[in-house]
Amino acid sequence: MAQPIISFKDYGFQYRAQASPTLHHINLDIYPGEKVLIAGASGSGKSTIGSCINGLIPYAYPGENTGQLLVGGKDPKKESIFTLSQIVGTVLQDTDGQFIGLTVGEDIAFALENDCVPQDEMKLTVEETAKLVDIDHHLEYAPHELSGGQKQRVSLAGVMVENVKVLLFDEPLANLDPAAGRTTIELIDEVQERTGAAVIIIEHRLEDVLWRKVDRIVLMDEGRIVADMPTKAFLTDTMLLEHGIREPLYLTALRYAGVPIREELEPQHVESLRLSGEHKEQVRAWYRDNEGRGGADAQRRDILSVENVSFGYTPEVQNLKNVSFSIKEGEMVSIVGKNGAGKSTLAKLVCGFEKPTSGRICLAGRDLSDDTIKERASQIGYVMQNPNQMISKPLIWDEVEMALLAGNMSVEERKERVEETLKICGLYPFRKWPVSALSYGQKKRVTIAGILVQQPRIIILDEPTAGQDYHHYTEIMEFLKGLNEQGFTIIMITHDMHLMLEYTPRAIVFSEGELLADTTAAHVLNDPALVQRANLKETSLYTLSMSCGIENPQEFTKRFIAYEEAHRKGQEG
Amino acid sequence: MARIAILNYIRRPSPVHELTGTAKLIFFIAWSVAAMVTFDTRVLVCMLLIGAVIFRISQIRIRDISVVLGLAAVFLLLNNLFIYLFTPEYGVEVYASRDVLFPIVGRYTVTAQQLFYHLNITLKVVCVVPIALLFIACTDPSEFASSLARIGVSYRAGYAVSLALRYIPDVQREYRNISQAQQARGIDLSGKDKLFTRLKNSVAILLPLIMSSINRIEVVSNAMELRGFGKEKKRTWYMQRKLQRNDWLAIGFAIAVLAVGLAVTFSNGSRYYNPFV
Amino acid sequence: MKKLSVKSVVAIGIGAALFFVLGKVAIPSPVPNTNISLQYAVEAVFATLFGPVAGVLIGFIGHTLIDATSYGPWWSWIIASAFVGLVIGLATMKLNVEDGIDSRKLIHFNVAQIIAHVLAWGLVAPVLDILIYAEPVEKLFAQGLMAAVANIITTGVVGTLLLLGYAKTVVKRGSLEKED
Repeated sequence: MAQPIISFKDYGFQYRAQASPTLHHINLDIYPGEKVLIAGASGSGKSTIGSCINGLIPYAYPGENTGQLLVGGKDPKKESIFTLSQIVGTVLQDTDGQFIGLTVGEDIAFALENDCVPQDEMKLTVEETAKLVDIDHHLEYAPHELSGGQKQRVSLAGVMVENVKVLLFDEPLANLDPAAGRTTIELIDEVQERTGAAVIIIEHRLEDVLWRKVDRIVLMDEGRIVADMPTKAFLTDTMLLEHGIREPLYLTALRYAGVPIREELEPQHVESLRLSGEHKEQVRAWYRDNEGRGGADAQRRDILSVENVSFGYTPEVQNLKNVSFSIKEGEMVSIVGKNGAGKSTLAKLVCGFEKPTSGRICLAGRDLSDDTIKERASQIGYVMQNPNQMISKPLIWDEVEMALLAGNMSVEERKERVEETLKICGLYPFRKWPVSALSYGQKKRVTIAGILVQQPRIIILDEPTAGQDYHHYTEIMEFLKGLNEQGFTIIMITHDMHLMLEYTPRAIVFSEGELLADTTAAHVLNDPALVQRANLKETSLYTLSMSCGIENPQEFTKRFIAYEEAHRKGQEG
Repeated sequence: MARIAILNYIRRPSPVHELTGTAKLIFFIAWSVAAMVTFDTRVLVCMLLIGAVIFRISQIRIRDISVVLGLAAVFLLLNNLFIYLFTPEYGVEVYASRDVLFPIVGRYTVTAQQLFYHLNITLKVVCVVPIALLFIACTDPSEFASSLARIGVSYRAGYAVSLALRYIPDVQREYRNISQAQQARGIDLSGKDKLFTRLKNSVAILLPLIMSSINRIEVVSNAMELRGFGKEKKRTWYMQRKLQRNDWLAIGFAIAVLAVGLAVTFSNGSRYYNPFV
Repeated sequence: MKKLSVKSVVAIGIGAALFFVLGKVAIPSPVPNTNISLQYAVEAVFATLFGPVAGVLIGFIGHTLIDATSYGPWWSWIIASAFVGLVIGLATMKLNVEDGIDSRKLIHFNVAQIIAHVLAWGLVAPVLDILIYAEPVEKLFAQGLMAAVANIITTGVVGTLLLLGYAKTVVKRGSLEKED
């Protein structure tokens, strides 16, 4: 076999700022033309491996290493980061951070400019590369005129201009809507076919990456490689959940049904599955046995109603067009649709950050038009996507108390209210802690507590689980579900189709500023036309149930979720 | 997105737009230097007229820049007012003569010399306004960094300017989002609170903004380093354009204006043109 | 001259963008023509974190962009803004806020910012104004004094709180990461 292009030999690494090593005894060879997925929960060390490969370690993040690492036959410690950047091209998770140029063309040219390539040659290379990733019609566009998926194409083109031998993707799916994520995976595949580069994808969303062929999966946990196997063999193992990764849904469903996952099943895609008649019957039997799971919804009264609302940030563009819907008290609802469809704008209108150009928004029948932002906030709380964008006090207590200080509450009242809120959020034991000592999921809770303390009736959350691994996802969502069970109405803006199915019975779908559908979550993914228009993606459960001849995939999904929940509770208790 | 009144690049076909960023940058610098140094009314008036002509050629309409002009007018008015309030006799001192037109009250009288001084100081600002506005409105921001590099600024500093232009919209959006979310928690900067409270409140918006900016700095500098920024002593520019005949003409013209302006100004041994003696 | 590191280049770019955005956010103040200029608090913090070169260029680029998009550049004040960043950056070079912060460091920061603002608005800006615009001395020094006081208060309150907040969040983040 050929020489590996990347080779870790008993490699360990410790960041200078940290007390213990982040990587231990890594042995990993990656060969030219391979496609490898490095999976792992957050904090597992998978991103650190990426930084070792592209040279950010040791150039940007100093530290001590043991063992040996060779990239393209060279020792990164002895080379400059520039030499490495000609071997390894990195597409970072944050496409806005990676988009450095003022326009697409400039950004693709960036590496060439730094190489002092003459302008004529540069223009040619940029054009060719832009064609490869299908962005050549947007060369003069500024970043804010592009969608997340388009920005990622630009990032990819920007590293491809250097003819790199390895393409490294750091969580490429984190900021994309489902359909854009799927296109990205297809694009990576095409680019690899044409360039023959080795591809390394660092991602915890296993099922989405597996949409196209992956040769090998490396699973990380606690800074160690716990598995390194060909994809098929890897999927037959049940170790994923223990390591904080969600296994592909269709495989979980098959396991529930008692179908053993073997390599002969071709388990890497839901489409490629080779299920025998017996297996299908097992799935159908499981479906029949779980009848009655997932109960009916109770009748409730309207709490929030949006009536014929239209809005545009500028007079020329309508960001929302005549939107009407209502939310019932105690509901948990998802708002879905592609980036820029108007979901966040709608949330801003409901919170009073922006005023609708026409139409009105009512809370429990009362028109909110004349209420200030602060007045609305006591009824409707808004939680931003990134907790770091909200937290402005070093101590948890102060952060939660902040919203109360503006009112004229007595010290005792405030204390009581903060304590109560902290208890609801499970933060009471941490009340004296600095915010900086918390995990991402706990910080998210702090921001939610900072909103809950005003005792709103409705909480709107923007992408509550974006970029989170399965462990944190579950932690945040179970917490929100608990709040919902206590009577809070919860509205979530999300890209995550399984979140929608798993936690919210109802979904409102937006596209291009219009309300496309307002229906049950399961129904949304059952309607191929709707799925396509809203840039969504059907889940693999849908595909699986169809291939097993179950005529009602909605019901199949419902039973799956109910079964899984019972299963999880059973494990915990 | 956010509608803060700022002037932007306005793409239109015109000879001014066609000039390279480098030519416009040199023109702008020469022009500002001339206007800064001279106090000669004749030179200032000429510059103002030439500025107006160039403005016509540029295809930029008054409407495009009305907000900015309004701001400039307010600024000038206040500045003149302050000068007069503090030193109503300053013109008399400068021009060494005193012709009272009419008294107002107390030490405040209106003299021809004071009015003439106000005229000059206003002209000094006004004659740069059209050129400054055109520089912004007719120069593709993408050309900025390479233009700076061409006139000898280190490309690293030049690229910092480019990055500022690149991330202004992002920072603006983030500021807006954070401040809206914090307003919902009772943090308001425009309210009737005391100054000190408002300053303290602003921290609730600025701290998250700064933490996220520091994080952004790390991501962007990693991204740049991974793509070889700073590898060589020089770099080439995708958006740079070669200087054409018209560019050289424009540069020559600006330098001529500077030279003639200075010559005329100092022909009488002082930077002031004094019609009163 | 030592080359700017990539990180400094980016810090300057993003710092200038912050300076610009905050400079454009009008926060009304009781005295006309003297808005609360939050950008100086941020400039001071960045100068402390990233050094004098970053401080100078953030002030220079940020202020030039503000002026250029409003009424044409007023060079004397632009240079004064750059000067603020320079002085604070120089005076806080050995402060190492990343290693934690205490009251001694905060006092150091505040002495630096007071000196910087007094020199910038009380000396640099008026002297340049006299040279360039030949404006009357009395008006300039009165104006400079007002600006100095306003900016000292803003930087003193907001800048200090920001540094404190920064030190408490960032520093701990580095050392606690793996404790869970």
